[in-house]
Amino acid sequence: MKHKVAVTVNGRKHEHEVEPRLLLVHYLRDVVGLTGTHIGCDTSQCGACTIHVDGKAVKSCTMFAVQADGRSLTTIEGMATGDELHPIQQAFWDEHGLQCGYCTPGFIMAAAYLLEQNPNPTEDEIRRGLEGNLCRCTGYVNIVKAVQTAAKTMSGTPARKTQVAAGGN
Amino acid sequence: MIPAAFEYAKASSVDEAVKLLDRFGEDAKVLAGGHSLIPLMRLRLAQPKALVDINGIKGLDHIEAKGDKLHVGALTRHFAIHSSEVVRDKLPILADVASEVGDNQVRNMGTIGGVVAHADAAGDYPTIALMLDADIVTNQRTIPAKDFFKDLFTTPLHPNELVTEVVFPVANGPHRYIKFRRRLFDWAIVGAAAQKIDGHWRIGLTNVGPTPVRAKAVEDALGKGAKPEEAAQHASDGLNPAGDLRASPEYKKHLARVLTRRAIEQAQ
Amino acid sequence: MAVTQLVGAKIHRREDPRLITGHGHYIDDFTRQGTAYAAFARSPVAHARIKSIDVTDASKAPGVIAVYTARDFKGQLAGTHPAAPAFVAEKKYVPERFPIAEKEVTYQGEIVAVVLAESKGQAADAANMIQVDYDELPAVMDLEKALAKGAAKAHSDGPDNVCWDFTYTPLDLTEAAFKEADVVVKERILQNRLAPVPMEPRGVLAEYEGFDKKLTLWLSSQNPHFIRLFVSGALGLKESQVRVISPDVGGGFGSKISPYPEDYLVPALSRMTARPVKWIETRTESIQNATHGRGQFYDCEVAAKKDGTLLAMRVVQYVDVGAYHGTFGAFQPVACLMAGGGYKWKGISARTVGVLTNRVPTDPYRGAGRPEATHLVERMVDLVALELKMDPVDIRKKNFIQPEDFPFTQNFGLVVDSGDYEKALDKAMQLAGYAELRKKQAELRKQGRFMGIGLSTWIELCGFGPSAATAPATGGIALVESAQVRVTPTGAVIVYTGTHSHGQGHETTFSQIVADQLGVPMENVELRHGDTAEGTSFGYGTYGSRSLAVGGVAISKAVGKVIDKGKKLAAHIFEAAEEDVVFEHGSYHVKGSPDKSKAFGEIAFASYGMGLPEGMEQGLEAVAYFDPPNLVWPFGTHIAVVEIDAETGTTKIEKYVAVDDCGNIINPMIVDGQIHGGVVQAIAQALYEEVVYDESSGQLKTGTMIDYLVPSMGEIPTFIIDKTITPSPTNDLGVKGIGEAGTIAASVAVINAICDALSPLGIKHVDMPATPDKLWHMMKEARQ
Repeated sequence: MKHKVAVTVNGRKHEHEVEPRLLLVHYLRDVVGLTGTHIGCDTSQCGACTIHVDGKAVKSCTMFAVQADGRSLTTIEGMATGDELHPIQQAFWDEHGLQCGYCTPGFIMAAAYLLEQNPNPTEDEIRRGLEGNLCRCTGYVNIVKAVQTAAKTMSGTPARKTQVAAGGN
Repeated sequence: MIPAAFEYAKASSVDEAVKLLDRFGEDAKVLAGGHSLIPLMRLRLAQPKALVDINGIKGLDHIEAKGDKLHVGALTRHFAIHSSEVVRDKLPILADVASEVGDNQVRNMGTIGGVVAHADAAGDYPTIALMLDADIVTNQRTIPAKDFFKDLFTTPLHPNELVTEVVFPVANGPHRYIKFRRRLFDWAIVGAAAQKIDGHWRIGLTNVGPTPVRAKAVEDALGKGAKPEEAAQHASDGLNPAGDLRASPEYKKHLARVLTRRAIEQAQ
Repeated sequence: MAVTQLVGAKIHRREDPRLITGHGHYIDDFTRQGTAYAAFARSPVAHARIKSIDVTDASKAPGVIAVYTARDFKGQLAGTHPAAPAFVAEKKYVPERFPIAEKEVTYQGEIVAVVLAESKGQAADAANMIQVDYDELPAVMDLEKALAKGAAKAHSDGPDNVCWDFTYTPLDLTEAAFKEADVVVKERILQNRLAPVPMEPRGVLAEYEGFDKKLTLWLSSQNPHFIRLFVSGALGLKESQVRVISPDVGGGFGSKISPYPEDYLVPALSRMTARPVKWIETRTESIQNATHGRGQFYDCEVAAKKDGTLLAMRVVQYVDVGAYHGTFGAFQPVACLMAGGGYKWKGISARTVGVLTNRVPTDPYRGAGRPEATHLVERMVDLVALELKMDPVDIRKKNFIQPEDFPFTQNFGLVVDSGDYEKALDKAMQLAGYAELRKKQAELRKQGRFMGIGLSTWIELCGFGPSAATAPATGGIALVESAQVRVTPTGAVIVYTGTHSHGQGHETTFSQIVADQLGVPMENVELRHGDTAEGTSFGYGTYGSRSLAVGGVAISKAVGKVIDKGKKLAAHIFEAAEEDVVFEHGSYHVKGSPDKSKAFGEIAFASYGMGLPEGMEQGLEAVAYFDPPNLVWPFGTHIAVVEIDAETGTTKIEKYVAVDDCGNIINPMIVDGQIHGGVVQAIAQALYEEVVYDESSGQLKTGTMIDYLVPSMGEIPTFIIDKTITPSPTNDLGVKGIGEAGTIAASVAVINAICDALSPLGIKHVDMPATPDKLWHMMKEARQ
């Protein structure tokens, strides 16, 4: 039996009828069509599926779409404002905090939550705060740097921005 | 992976939840935080025919100190327990334990009621509950912790019985929980808890058996004036832990002794 | 006009804008109209005869289009899974492999049936309804037992379990050296089986169009052209009928090189049903079925003189091949050819034995044989140093190939192109504060603490590779690299490369090279890869740290051809002799008249017009294939500092220093990133990861990320990274590879440090993973 869900995603309302067993991550990817949230494991370790549900970082593979009824979700696609990147996105770019990019949306969402809870984390606090996200490419070094840079930017100290010209697009 | 199909209903009250559980029968499961249940469902190791979602029930996420007791609602998330001023004041060891369950994302969803009802041997709250003689309050009765954790994943809960709160004694004396694991977000390989309450030590152990263990022999030795090193030797008394990928039985018993000693020595 | 030097600069990546905003295109992001979903029923046991398969219930399940077993594919797929010669020219037994089992399953996870349904949920449900009756057979798990006479066979119709038994250099070669030795050190060294775990599991989407008889295949792959070759062959199609598109790939580490059963079955399903068919791997399927890395052990002996001179080595490598040969399963024996490391030896006797077991096949995993070689030689050198009571630094310096020796022909005839090993070692020691560390160690030892310092003075060979070496290794296709450079009338430059980065940033680094060489802004250069419909006839893929050293050079060659044609045209326009025309800073001019110049863009436009020189055709584009004259040989020194908690056996990495040399650097930011990632994967092998099977039943015990311990950032320290630069003489760019260096170097740095920490207890060797339980047990026994 299908259930009606009404969800706000990145500020936009969506209404669908879904099977109860539809995972929230599959709802976002296959029904709403936002494929930026990724699936990297079966058992809630890797964090690639991290989104915000009512402002809290949640692993969307460990929630059913029906549970999101009436809630407000933010995915990676909702982090930039038009052409203006979120400072965390900018920081990941500046600090080479990604290689294959598959874990990156989850990390950015988790980092956004971390910095909201703790705007000036120490390196140890960053490492503890992002323990729920796995990366296989970067060895984490530049992800830590990216979060440190983002923290500075978001607390008012402007960081040097990557030149769009050199980056293309 | 994709879970097997199931029916779903959201309860807005405990009574409604009970009615739904009665309707769906024994093959129904309660959905709270979902972070123990949903992974099992994704692997199809659990295939409940129905889920009763209790996340919408109001009044189950309270944290209240009443006299010398701390009442924690079953739906209280780990994050809320960790950041609660009341918990940090009245039972700080519980806040410490909550801060180390899984990772940030897990802590936003997982609940104390869920962990307690699931009765995984590697769960941390059951150890604290058992060690401190907490009460597990359900919609039907109050069950002392020592009668609650019967076996691995086994509690006396009836299929239509919900944990509504866990009631701990207030204890803000020296305390320490040491959760030994390989990765920060892993379950405990072995955990050791030490809490001084009313001048006496309580010692609890996680994942050294199918249920949490209260290390009475250690408590008695400490009570008789033994030094932590000596008393902690008793931590492995009577233990017969199963070996697994992470630890052999011998190593688990050894860790029980070492971590117990460290917990007592580091308790503040 | 200001000139910006892009090569060598920390240019931020062009890949990133789409990836940081969630607009990357990974295989699961694609679908086609009318896509049907496949789910595979896989063997739950390691070894069994299939008695019967009952698909009745599954066929009737909601949404199911069809359920297929092996016989349905007999008319669709021909041939056997490709197994390249690689580094073992003679194979004794190569079991035939059809993508779906018919009579016997030989590894847990082997496909026995497939469901096609309208939705992925329905496909998963129906796959669970397939009933297979298995007659279980003994599971071959242990390599030594597998080689014993009368051993149970991994394939019941095979002769035995010996895939190969190949001697590179015989024992008598080192007999004299062993006789003159003052010390002989012997050890058995294990290489734990690893799951590559790229964050993105595999996936295939196939669309076969029956009327046109054309197949389009999207899949997460490191080398689309090879997939086109293998899949077209198996399906009886011409390569021209098949288009393979590999979009953004979320990591590979070697596990997305070889073709897989699903890569054949999914397109076959599309052809059988006239529907596009999609399959995405779950993580559990990935750990169980994506080819594993390492899985070897070595018996090694080293003969040395008491002054620390290394004389000779004898090594036998035993490879856990798995139930079938991985396409490049015989690549890992390169470890034998690299067992000498960066040292001079009188002789090395080496033999490799490949053994069949009832597990998923092993294939390249980041480093592919070179981490194993480095681990082996650096362990043995430390053991010799320990035996001789010699400082591990001194013994290394005594035996290094010296800068004046390059190019150096090593014991197996391979020519090491360039190096300065002592320079990297000295730099690493200085960064680590080596002398201070030894002092601190002495103090901590007095307190009964266990601190260790471990060295890894690694070298490796990469940049596969020269045609003479690689064509025989692959069965005929030389692993050169191709590039096509096209310049449009308005001067836009489109570059096609046959490599396919999956995190290495080629869209950025290759564009840097082209932009610099042409003197044009980087925005004018577009790098394209991953689609066999575009670019050159054949591309060879990204693996083996080859993309820059072979692919980047091929691009540079193609650009050179474009510049040369432009020069001819410019000379014609200037009415000057070709040799009097100069190309610099992005424009052509006659020597001595720099103000009378034509910009590259002007020449580009002119190339499409009239009045071209006699015999010159319109257009401005070129194709180049680069056949490198040699492999390239990066090197470096890593130093790990650890402390072991004596009570729990836990290892903490207190400090980690990496000084690496990959020749000239295109983008230092990307180089550092590759090292970070590689080092962490090797630390993970040393301390955390292992694919574990039940030894008797063959059941996989580490099937999820709960039990397969990929570390999070909480477990990993920060590193001190530096470089030396010794350009390679092998190519015009002077570059070597760096993608695998971290993984090659780091595992033994950590293990050497652990052994150093535990040496006061008389513990000489520790195998990976050095888990707390393992170390605690060893320490406990040592004290008794």
